[in-house]
Amino acid sequence: MDSDIILLGHGSGGELSHQLLERLIIPILNDSDFSQRNDAAVIDCPTRQLAFSTDSYVVDPIFFPGGNIGDLAINGTVNDLAMRGAIPLAISVALILEEGFAVAELRRILLSMAAAARHAGVDIVTGDTKVVPRGSADQIFINTSGVGMLNDNVSISGNQASVGDRVLINGTIGDHGMTVLACREELAMSAPVTTDSAALNHLVAELVDVFGAKIHVLRDPTRGGVATTLKEIALQSQVAIQLNETCLPVNPAVSSLSALLGLDPLFVANEGKMLVIVAAEIADEAVTLMRRHAVGRDAADIGEIGGDFEAGSLILNTAIGGQRRVEMLSGDLLPRIC
Amino acid sequence: MCLAVPMKVMEIEQENATCCVDGVSRNVSLMMLDGVVVGDYVLTHAGFAIEKLDPHEAQETITLLRQLLAATGDDS
Amino acid sequence: MSLLGQFRDPQLAQQLVSQLHQRAATLARPVTLMEVCGTHTMAIGQHGLRSLFPENIRLVSGPGCPVCVTPVTTIDHAIALSKHRDVIITTFGDMMRVPGSTCSLQQQSALGGDVRIVYSSLDALAIAGKNPDKKVVFIGIGFETTAPTIAGAILTANQQGIDNFFVLCAHKTMPQAMTALSDDPELNIDGYLCPAHVSAVIGGAGYQPLVDRCHIPCVVTGFEALDILQGVLMALAQIERSQAQVEIQYRRFVTMDGNQKAQRLLNQVFEPCDANWRGIGVIAKSGLRLRGEYACFDAAQQINTVIEPSQEPVGCLCGDVLKGIVSPAECPLFGLRCTPLSPVGACMVSSEGSCAAQYRFGQPIKESIQRG
Repeated sequence: MDSDIILLGHGSGGELSHQLLERLIIPILNDSDFSQRNDAAVIDCPTRQLAFSTDSYVVDPIFFPGGNIGDLAINGTVNDLAMRGAIPLAISVALILEEGFAVAELRRILLSMAAAARHAGVDIVTGDTKVVPRGSADQIFINTSGVGMLNDNVSISGNQASVGDRVLINGTIGDHGMTVLACREELAMSAPVTTDSAALNHLVAELVDVFGAKIHVLRDPTRGGVATTLKEIALQSQVAIQLNETCLPVNPAVSSLSALLGLDPLFVANEGKMLVIVAAEIADEAVTLMRRHAVGRDAADIGEIGGDFEAGSLILNTAIGGQRRVEMLSGDLLPRIC
Repeated sequence: MCLAVPMKVMEIEQENATCCVDGVSRNVSLMMLDGVVVGDYVLTHAGFAIEKLDPHEAQETITLLRQLLAATGDDS
Repeated sequence: MSLLGQFRDPQLAQQLVSQLHQRAATLARPVTLMEVCGTHTMAIGQHGLRSLFPENIRLVSGPGCPVCVTPVTTIDHAIALSKHRDVIITTFGDMMRVPGSTCSLQQQSALGGDVRIVYSSLDALAIAGKNPDKKVVFIGIGFETTAPTIAGAILTANQQGIDNFFVLCAHKTMPQAMTALSDDPELNIDGYLCPAHVSAVIGGAGYQPLVDRCHIPCVVTGFEALDILQGVLMALAQIERSQAQVEIQYRRFVTMDGNQKAQRLLNQVFEPCDANWRGIGVIAKSGLRLRGEYACFDAAQQINTVIEPSQEPVGCLCGDVLKGIVSPAECPLFGLRCTPLSPVGACMVSSEGSCAAQYRFGQPIKESIQRG
């Protein structure tokens, strides 16, 4: 690259664009289809049904402890496909770069994306790059879209939770959101928290392979946290869900930082976590399987479907034996002092 | 209306302290307290230490509670 | 278990709940206790304590949420200031979504106002230091826990010769409000759970005039479930013995004298004034204003601005909710026109307001009762 910052010319389709693509983006995100340089990638899909997902990433800061916007973007779309029980096949990457963005930082992000894709076993097959004038975007925005293949016997969806099912999670809650929040300069907190961003598709494949139709719902509790996601499932499936406070796995640092800022980890975003709602008879085995996996070491059984509550309710059984409702996050998660 | 968290004093420099809880640390002003030493636990609110923990009173409270519950037969 | 961790012991808390039920069974009549601290409102909600309480012991929330009792004019004033190009508004996160007459600080930020959330007034002072060409205005809300910290920031600014730091003062003090409440013939409460951290500053002695005047038990109570349960038991014991005194449950951080140094800092910078409590009205000597020698830090005096005429929302029962006369669910707007996402009145705007707390942490609705 001749320039160490991104220029408007890099997005104009001419020689500078060509340079950016050939010297930086393609060598790092390299895939066999890219070498054909066609307008669209063609993918073989052996199954009858495809899962298709898209997401855009605008996180600030773009680098945070444990990761960056790049691997977040890959893992996020891989996970969205995995949450339907689909095997990720291919991903597209669209970049919107702010004029003046450092090429060195772009390189770091691309390398992370390539590593995340390799780890997830998914190919980056097509993409796009645009450059906007300084001030029109915050450094870098990324969209990733992905397709995955669904086997006929897999039916995992938010409306499948049934009375008697158990609610499992693969690890600690609130890590990603608190990591990003702790980076905010004006809060001046230093905390040993790191993002939990990770691809969950390999773990999902194992769970589906072993337990098949006993897996009823998979969902990753991203923005809005575990509480909002479970509330959505309760409404979709028209059931009541009970969470057991003493069973929720939370890192002590996340817990204390939340206490300092007046936040509840139940509402804080996660990026490498999934809620797994399963038939009761396989719950213990499923937790054991998850704990053997790198992204499931702190897996836990955190609740159940059912109880004498209005359909669509999410109830917390508190540590002291009390009960209360949990509602969706409304608006932003804002720190409070009062 | 006053979120305050007990934190341990790790370092003191004049009227400022670095305080820590479960690895989370923050600069805290000691303007409102005298006689704070490293190792003390202070109640921190909005970046200030507003009171020092009295560990003796804390232990007394728990001990008396346990005694009360035992006396009324609730220690099962 | 660590020393402080013991205050989170669920088994101890459960034993206290049984104890509470035993005592409730011997009560001559139902008892109503009021807490006057948003953090208590939240803690009671978060622990699901109301689901465990005996039916004849009622816990009501008073005007303990400083955000909820901040008048609309103060929000409008902050918003007016945020429209100045040379002003940076700094605020606790609590204030961001509070609606003024036409919009909130959060909406104003979306429209281009420079509004920044800070954890401490000292961080706002640091922003002033880094932006010498701007006026940094800190929205000063909170009771006696927070006011001394703002006093500290002002004294630090004074010492360092920082002349672009201002405070929009909206601080209030608790004991006067509690006395005004207790003087209200409509109010029918048997005792107060006093706010833990306000009391760490003002001491148990801060409530003695209230006790002397109104003969009402006051128990300074902490925020763990165990603290609240013990505080309630102590209040019950006084009621049963027809006593009225100040007692401290939260002895690990509160003494009768309080933090005298913090009180001196507070009194050095602030003096009492009458204050308007949203939903209640003016309460004499229940507010804090900057003393004359610190007037140079008063945003209201130092920065000219045009504040739009304020409009209070109609139809809500916030005033009665704040006084504990009605419960949130009894307000016709609750949960329908007035929700956390679109709050109408004071009690819903802050996450620790009585209405917001009931909305978010309310007791589960039984399916079997629904079906009838």
